Parts: sequence; C-alpha cells; structure tokens
Amino acid sequence: MPSDSTLHKALAKPAVRTQTAQPTPRPEWRHIHAPDARSATTAHLPRRQGFRELKLFLRNPNAIFGMVVLLTMALCALTAPLIFPRDPLAMVSRPFLWPGQDPAFPLGTDSMGRDVLAGLVHGARISLYVGLAATALGLGVGIIVGALAGYFGGLTDRILSRLIEIFQTLPSFVLVVVLVAIIGPNATTITVSIAIVTWPTVARLTRAEFRSLRENDFVIAARSLGFGHAHIIFREILPNALPPIIVTSSVMVAGAILMESALSFMGLGDPNVVSWGSMIGGGREMIRTAWYLTALPGLAIVVTVLALNLIGDGLNDALNPRFSEDRL
Amino acid sequence: MTAVLSVEDLSVHFGPARPVDRVSFHVNPRETLAIVGESGSGKSLTALSMMGLLPRNAKVSGRVLIQTPQGPADMLGLPEKRRRLLRGKQIAMVFQEPMTSLNPVHSIGHQIEEVLIAHENLDRAARRTRVLELMNLVRIPDAARRIDDYPHQLSGGMRQRVMIAMAVACRPRILIADEATTALDVTIQAQILQLLDNLRRELDVAVVLITHDLGVVSQWADRVVVMYAGLHVEQATPAQLFGDPLHPYSYGLLRASPRSDAGLTYRDAPLAEIPGSIASARGEVGCPFRPRCPAAREVCGTVQPPPIQHRGDRLVACHFPGILTQEERHVAAYA
Amino acid sequence: MAHSKSVPRQIWRIVIHAIPTVLGIVVLNFLLLKLAPGDAADVIAAEAGSATEETMAALRRSMGLDLSVLEQLKTYLLNLVQLDLGHSPRYAMPVLDLIMQRLPGTLLLMGTALGVAILLGIALGAIMSSFAGRIPDRVLSILSLLFYSIPGFWIGLMLILLFSVKLGWLPSGGSGTIGSSLTGWDALIDKARYMILPALSLALFYVAIYARLTRAAMLEIRNQDYVRTARAKGLSPLRITLSHILRNALIPVTTMAGMHFGNMLGGAVVVETVFSWPGLGRLAFEAVMARDFNVLLGILLLSSLVVIVVNGLIDLLQARLDPRIGAK
Repeated sequence: MPSDSTLHKALAKPAVRTQTAQPTPRPEWRHIHAPDARSATTAHLPRRQGFRELKLFLRNPNAIFGMVVLLTMALCALTAPLIFPRDPLAMVSRPFLWPGQDPAFPLGTDSMGRDVLAGLVHGARISLYVGLAATALGLGVGIIVGALAGYFGGLTDRILSRLIEIFQTLPSFVLVVVLVAIIGPNATTITVSIAIVTWPTVARLTRAEFRSLRENDFVIAARSLGFGHAHIIFREILPNALPPIIVTSSVMVAGAILMESALSFMGLGDPNVVSWGSMIGGGREMIRTAWYLTALPGLAIVVTVLALNLIGDGLNDALNPRFSEDRL
Repeated sequence: MTAVLSVEDLSVHFGPARPVDRVSFHVNPRETLAIVGESGSGKSLTALSMMGLLPRNAKVSGRVLIQTPQGPADMLGLPEKRRRLLRGKQIAMVFQEPMTSLNPVHSIGHQIEEVLIAHENLDRAARRTRVLELMNLVRIPDAARRIDDYPHQLSGGMRQRVMIAMAVACRPRILIADEATTALDVTIQAQILQLLDNLRRELDVAVVLITHDLGVVSQWADRVVVMYAGLHVEQATPAQLFGDPLHPYSYGLLRASPRSDAGLTYRDAPLAEIPGSIASARGEVGCPFRPRCPAAREVCGTVQPPPIQHRGDRLVACHFPGILTQEERHVAAYA
Repeated sequence: MAHSKSVPRQIWRIVIHAIPTVLGIVVLNFLLLKLAPGDAADVIAAEAGSATEETMAALRRSMGLDLSVLEQLKTYLLNLVQLDLGHSPRYAMPVLDLIMQRLPGTLLLMGTALGVAILLGIALGAIMSSFAGRIPDRVLSILSLLFYSIPGFWIGLMLILLFSVKLGWLPSGGSGTIGSSLTGWDALIDKARYMILPALSLALFYVAIYARLTRAAMLEIRNQDYVRTARAKGLSPLRITLSHILRNALIPVTTMAGMHFGNMLGGAVVVETVFSWPGLGRLAFEAVMARDFNVLLGILLLSSLVVIVVNGLIDLLQARLDPRIGAK
C-alpha cells in the first residue's frame, strides 16, 4: 500500500476541487459561448471549499430570518426549565384565561388551568429533540445504505434498492402510527419510528450521488493508489455527495417535527411531556369557545417548520445555484 | 437587386460587455453568406439578433431589415407580436444541436406542423399533406411512416433534416444555419450542406451559414464575413479571402488550419497558432486584435480601425490591410 | 409504428417488478404483527371475557400460534392469498370487509385533494415561473413555503374555525348531511360541501410542493434548446408555454405526485380524524385507540398495495407523457 500521502493529495485533491467547483453563471442560453474566456480563466482558480457557499447562504435574508427564528426556538427549548421551572402540565391558574387577560399568563391558560406559554416553550423541547434526533438517525442509516448501494452496485445495490423501495412504498405516516402504537409512545420510540420512515429518502439520494461520482477521476485515482473501500466511500466520495444531503436534512427536520406534532395530536405522543401537537389535540374540543388553545401551538409549529424550510431553501440556493440563477 | 436582409450597425450589450459591436452586412437573394469566427466572436449572437431571439437581459441597437412582401421590416424595432409573424415565415433558423433542439415529447410531424399552424391558414388534412411534402423535400426516406416518430427514434442527420423541414415550411426568404453541421459526422455534414444548397436554389432562399469551419466556407459560401471579438473585421469572397487575406486575424485563421486552401479535411481549427485568446468584449481602446497581432504598431493601441472599403468590393477593419500576406510573400521571395 | 409499447406488456412489466416489493411488505407486516403485544388468542380471549390458562394454550395450538415463526409466516401468507386479513374484535367483522368499507371514502378524499393540489400547484408554479424573480413570484414563493410548513390537521382546525364556527358556511365534519333525503344534483352538492374543507386541508401541503416543482421545472425547461426552436418557429407565447414548457414540466410533476401518494395517505389519516371523515384514516385512529392491531396492520398492508397500484398507474401515465420511456 502506498503510504505517500503527498502523492495522494497531488492526485486526488485537485480532482475533488474541480468536482465541487460550480460552473460560472452563463448568459441565459447555453449555446452562446460569447464570454468563453471568462469561464476558462475562473474554472481553475483556487478557492477555499465551502466559503463561497457560506457567503451565498449568509447573503440570503430569508435564510437568515429562518436561522434567527430557529435559534430563538432552540434557546427557548434549552432554557425552558429555567424560564418556566414549574411542570408545564401542572394547573397554575383558573382555566380558560384568554391571552392578555392576566399578565402573569400572557398567552392564557387551557381547560385544566395550565399555562399556555409555558406549554409552548416546553413543547419546543420535544419538537426540536425529535426533529433533530430522528433526522440524525435517518441520515446515518440512509447515508450508509445509500453509499453501500451506490458504491458497490451489482447484487448489493439490487438488494438494498429493493429494501429502499419497500420502505418508500409503505405510507410513511401510517407506518409511524403502527410502529408507535405497537411499541408504545415515548420520545425514543417516536424518534426511531420517524427515522425508520425517513431514511429511504436519504438512501436514494446518496445512492444516486454515489453512482454518479464513483466513476470520477478522483475516485479512480484513489482506487489506483490502493485506498480501501471505507476510505474512498467516506473520505473521497461522501464529501462530494454532501450538498444535496445537507439541503434535504433541513427539510427532514421540518418533516419530523410535523410528524411528531401529528402523532401527539392523535394522542400517540409521549404522555409525560407537553408537546405542541398534544396541546392542539387538547384544545380541539374547545375550538368554538377558546380557539386560541388550538391556534397558538399551531402557530408555533408553523413558525418553526417555516424557519427550517427557509433555511433549506437558502442552503439549496447556496449549494445548487443551477436552480436559483433565475431568481437573481 | 435589393438585399433580402440587411444588418445595420448592430450592437448587443450584456451589461458592460459588448459581444457584438457595430456590425453591418447584407444578404442578397439566393446567395450563401458565411459568417466565420471562433467561439466568442459574436457570430451566434448576431444570428439570434437577426431572429429577434436575444435573451431578455441583452440590450440591442441598430437595425435588422428584412424584405417582406409588405416592404422592409426592422426585426429589432417591431413589437414582439409582429416579430413573431416574421419568424418561421420570412426568416428561419436551424440550430447546432438537432438532439436538444427538438422537443422530445412531440412527434416530428407535429413539430413541423406547428410552423404551419402558426403561419398558414390550412386545415388539418392539408397541413398533414404539407408536412409529408416537406419531409420528402428534405429527403427523409419513408416520410409517411416516420411522420409520427419521436426525435429520439431518429439519427442526428435525420433530426437535422427535420429541423430544416421546419425552417423551410413556410418558404422563408432567409435561412440561418447556426453551426448546423458541427454536431454531425463528417459524411452527414456534407449531405446536410448539400441539402441546404439544393433548397437554396429550389426554394429561392438566401442562406446564412454561421460557422467556424473554413472548409465549409470555401466550399459553399458566395461571400464571407469574418468576425472577431464582436467586430466585423473582414468581408470578401472565399476566393479573395483564401488567396489574399487582408486582416491579420483572417491570415492567422487560414494559417492555423492544416491546409491553407481549406479543403474537406479541414475541421475545427484550434487557432493555436494565433497567440493568446479572444479578447474580452469590453470596450477597450484600439484594435481588439492588437494583443495577438504580430504586425501591431503604435496606432493599433490607440485607434480602433473602422471597416473600410478596400480594392473595390472588399471590406477590412485594419490599419495595415494585407500586411501579413505581403510579409509572407516577401519572405518567400527571398527564401 | 417503430415504437410499439403495448400497454398490456407495460402492465406485465410493472406487475413483475412489484412482486418482490409486495412480498417484502407482507413479510414486514407479519413481523410487525408478531411484535405487537398480545396475539390472536388474546384477542379472542378478550372477546370471550375470560379464559383459563389451558383454554388459551388449546386455542393457541388450534390457531397454530405454537408453531415456529416460519410456519406461522406460511399460514399468514396462505390466509392472505385467501384474502383473509384476520378478524376485528372491536367491529366484530373481518378486517378486509372493514377496510373495504372505508377505502372508497379515503380514495375519494385523496383523489379530490390530489386533483386540487395538481391543478392549483401547476397553475401557481406556472405563474411563479413566468414572473420569476419579480414580485408575484416572491409573494407566491413565500406563500407556498408557508403552505409547505403548515400541518394539515391544524389548517383543518383553522378552516373549521373560520368557515364553520365563525362564518357558518360549511359543515365542520362528516361526509354528508345525516338523514337527508337529497337526491341527484342536490345530494352531490351536499357531498361536495362536506368535501371542501378536508380536501383543502389535505391538498395545501401538496399545492406547495407541486407549485415549487412546476416553477423549477418550467424555469429549467424555458432555457432548453427546443423552446428556443419553438420561438424561432414564430409560435405564440401561450402555445410555447403550454405545449412546450408546461407539457415537458408535467413529467417531473407526475413523477413527484406518484412519489407523494403514500405520504398523502398518511396525511389523510390525520385530516380524517379532524373532520370525522369516514375513511381508512379514521379507522386507523379508532384501531389505535382500541389497540386493534389486526385492523391497523391490515390498513398498513392494504394502503401499501394501493400505493403500489397507484405507482403502476403513474408509470403508465409517464410512458404516455414521455415517449422516450421504454424505448431504448
């Protein structure tokens, strides 16, 4: 095995760079070669990886707005026990206080006299926890399955693709309901169940990326240098396959939060934890008299999910500029 | 004999860039005019300007006068609605990639028929008859059987014939072929060029060949316009150009080709012999070819030479027309 | 013609391809059934009220529950082939009959929602793409992102609040006026009134997806060479947009619609519980509440089969939309 890492760098790295280099924006029609010289001169300019993408992302006001909202939510979730040390499921006042009626409970109380604001702030914990943990788990499984299928091809690919197809065919939310109903609802089972239905998306995406990348020069170079499969998969191909996966992951968090809220709305949430979905489920019966009990937690979900989707859009614009050039 | 098309002082701007810069030329009825230049010379943009098909962010000035039965019409000055009636009817265009230039989801018969729907008042049956006629005209064998085929079922040459059938469907006065044979095999190229030439005579249509292929120019063109960096640098007949190039760029273009008489084997001149690359189209002072010109003098860096009449019917935009050719002869005489 | 792609042969190919997926789903279903707490003997015993240890053991033996897992799988498969999905103690009827009773309601709701989503989504996407980068596009982009972030059950509740509670225009739940003797046109109108809110709640999320997809596809296609050809032919902008741009954009949109069908089924589950819509979703909800796993898994299995059938239909549609498919 060659141990000369400088040789490896000399061979593989430039290839990696050209792989990720985005084509310079061209005039509207492909066949117009007018400023040919421009793309020729910029194509091989050295560039720090990810720097341009980060700058693009940070220049997108929608994405910044999403980041701010999400960070606020995260801060609420982390500091919830400090701001509202009392159990959010405990009765603290008389029931059906409307928002603004009592300054001590700015968003009012529900049918059992529980503080709505405290519920919302504590609810952010489970939403974000499930959203992030399910996505992390789904990403992990999806990337590994997709990478193996796309990298090795052949029989491995056929079997894994079939597995992906089976899980993609099962109606995801129905499967989540069945899983949670069977293993019993708590934060962990909900997280695992959501991951079980979301990994196929990542796997498909990763597989497609790996299939298109595995024949590239830098992979062949690495192979000819005798690097093992694990090295090539994780160090050579995966970094180049990441952009679409990163974009998907923020949408996955949003999807997981939506699923968790739907589950707890249906009464399949963790019964010991306050969650936005269960607050809506509880407020639902009172929609005629106290609609704020339904509206407020729903708004919390919408704002959080919207923030994530704005971030996803920003990432997409920054990482896949092909689709965004017409917006400029 | 009045020109069927005259381009007057045409400029195209993209922001500060000016990839087409004050270009003027005309096209006579039934002639083949070639516009040559390397990629980036502005020849394709010139063609698109003639069709009124520039991208939205392009700013264009000058005039493109097209002879119509109702008198001359300026493609650039007309509102889009009137321009549309000229396209496909008076002036038509065949593009470089026959694969991507045809819509994959419509049959070729339908795509030819669309031109007739847009411009002619015919019923369905009459249109179908015309489509079959057109397919025969462009020598698509077995037209009746192929009319409902989709583009992916055809070879590259056949697809380009479909494109040509679409272009001549309404018997336009001008047919622009923008690198129409570049993507094809050599043998197919010759067939397509022959077809274009036949149609030129049969249908009384003037052909504008946009190409970078000097072999094509020498064989098929009646007149040649040479473009460099958006400028019209020389205009001549092929015989004049190949025998006695006046502009140093034309000279380099010819010397860069493996055979300077530019026969059939000549393809895709890399222009490696001309040092440097095409200048950016920003409005710099002086002659845009100066950085690559072996004969550049001081004046070339300060004054941009305008196209001037030279020896009668030729045009050249150079302070020292024919200088390289003369030098070569000089050297040859002493060698 | 040179491209004879006979429909029966395509169907055959689709069926052959689907078989392993169906088998995989069936096995997964069986495993989940094994995982569920309590077996069929427990269910019968619960129905009977009480049972001794011995009768339970005898019951298990008679039902083959003491056999190996593989043997049980064989029995399960044999039962399935005879369309036997087990028995629901709660409804005292075969699971299959129960599901078949509710399936049309769900399919009607989903069909309507999908239709609305596709039509509205394509229309919005077309508008967005023709105003790309300008005000209408930006407003609709934000709006679609908002639709994309709202949980279906919550928008359902908010629609009920607005249109049923506050305005009193539309019914808040059910699928028709109970005990009404309406016939013909009036009955249809009555049905439609009950359909509007649930279908809209279910559709909004997908409106957003299809609008965004249509926008992206149309922007991409607008720059294709063949659109330039269409312009060079002198076609009208309307014809270019409809016959060349939109026509080609339909291909990715239908692919996406097929991929989302399973997800939509999941969405229907939640929306049906909000609107008391008599469909599979409500049945699933009731089955969860009653811990009736036979019914729950029957729903999962059957809805997966529906997804497979729908995907097959989408494949056929795709072959009609894209002549390149199947002709290699």
